[in-house]
Amino acid sequence: MGNLLIIAISAILINNFVLSRFLGLCPFVGVSKKTETAIGMGMAVIFVMTLASAVTWVIWTYFLSPGTSNIFWIIANKFGSQTPAASFDLHYLETIAFILVIASLVQFVELVLQKTSPSLYSALGIFLPLITTNCAILGVAELNTMSLGYNFLEALVHGFAAGVGFTLALIMMSGIRERLQFAPVPRLMKGLPIAFIVAGLMSMAFLGFSGLKF
Amino acid sequence: MKIIKDFTKGILVENPVLVLALGLCPTLAVTSSAINGLGMGCAATFVLVMSNLIVSLIKPLVPSRIRIPIFITVIATFVTITKLVMAAYTPALSEALGIFIPLIVVNCIILGRAEAFASKHSPLRSLVDGLGMGFGFTLTLVVLGAFRELIGSGTIFGQQIMGDNYKPALLMILPPGAFLSLGFMVALARMLLEKTRKEA
Repeated sequence: MGNLLIIAISAILINNFVLSRFLGLCPFVGVSKKTETAIGMGMAVIFVMTLASAVTWVIWTYFLSPGTSNIFWIIANKFGSQTPAASFDLHYLETIAFILVIASLVQFVELVLQKTSPSLYSALGIFLPLITTNCAILGVAELNTMSLGYNFLEALVHGFAAGVGFTLALIMMSGIRERLQFAPVPRLMKGLPIAFIVAGLMSMAFLGFSGLKF
Repeated sequence: MKIIKDFTKGILVENPVLVLALGLCPTLAVTSSAINGLGMGCAATFVLVMSNLIVSLIKPLVPSRIRIPIFITVIATFVTITKLVMAAYTPALSEALGIFIPLIVVNCIILGRAEAFASKHSPLRSLVDGLGMGFGFTLTLVVLGAFRELIGSGTIFGQQIMGDNYKPALLMILPPGAFLSLGFMVALARMLLEKTRKEA
């Protein structure tokens, strides 16, 4: 339990996906002009990120990774093959497999939402297609499986918390940018440059959380 | 003449990072040193050129409804090639760039050029467009990386530049430094762009 809490807190504050890992910057800059849209985008990201963490973990563990949980090895073993489990190593296919799985997952979620919950669909719908090529989603899948080697529950919590961290940064940014419209910003710094400066200052503030050592 | 323009527009007028604001994640994440920036730039350029070429070659065969998944598969194939080659021949660089090599797949520059340029133009022009865009991307990354490395550790490409008394400002190679430097760089690019427009 404590382990999961540490994963969650570090994904939200210490290794914030936007401000310290630099993932998901396109929506962070693109949809942070209004707080309302920022909340919608944030919710859609949390939803898809949690789902994608679960699905990519299953794909990784049962289809791609070398080991005794690999389904291809289990089948081959049933038919009396003596090939060692380590030779069923398909991890080089991970990038292609993950991006295709995530893209179809997003399409599927869109269809299901449209049929079952029109109100949720009208709130999140326009953000869903944008999420497919959001590097935060593919990033969390890669981190869960390749870099951090989490188990299923940890991967799920990490995906959810990373989404929450993204949403937190996005909503804070949109609040600042709404106020910024009335500030006397130098002409050349308007828009994108000042957004980066604001993000830099926020990132500096979040750097303080790295003092939280467990 | 069109070909030359296809190449040079990526450097400033349509610079993918500074003007179009695409591919921001790797730009900020890997530019803690000039060499990392160069490595990332070259990897992305290779993928960009190859995917532009292939997309423009297969465009008569691709039904327009499913073109995006097909483009992504083409891109992912070249990213996998790049990832394996880098892991084999430049393990240190591959370690430093980490998950940002597989994440080239979702770099908006590459899918953006496949969709906006390569799916409409001839293979030769698409190839040159990929080269130009890749060059603009690499140049931005190297300049940003060199600047951050110079202030943050007093070196450029690992060579000592600042004197022995220089106290490196560590903040510049940490995440906040990336945001701040890119903000000023975008403003600088706008200034240059305005100047060239006035002269023309």
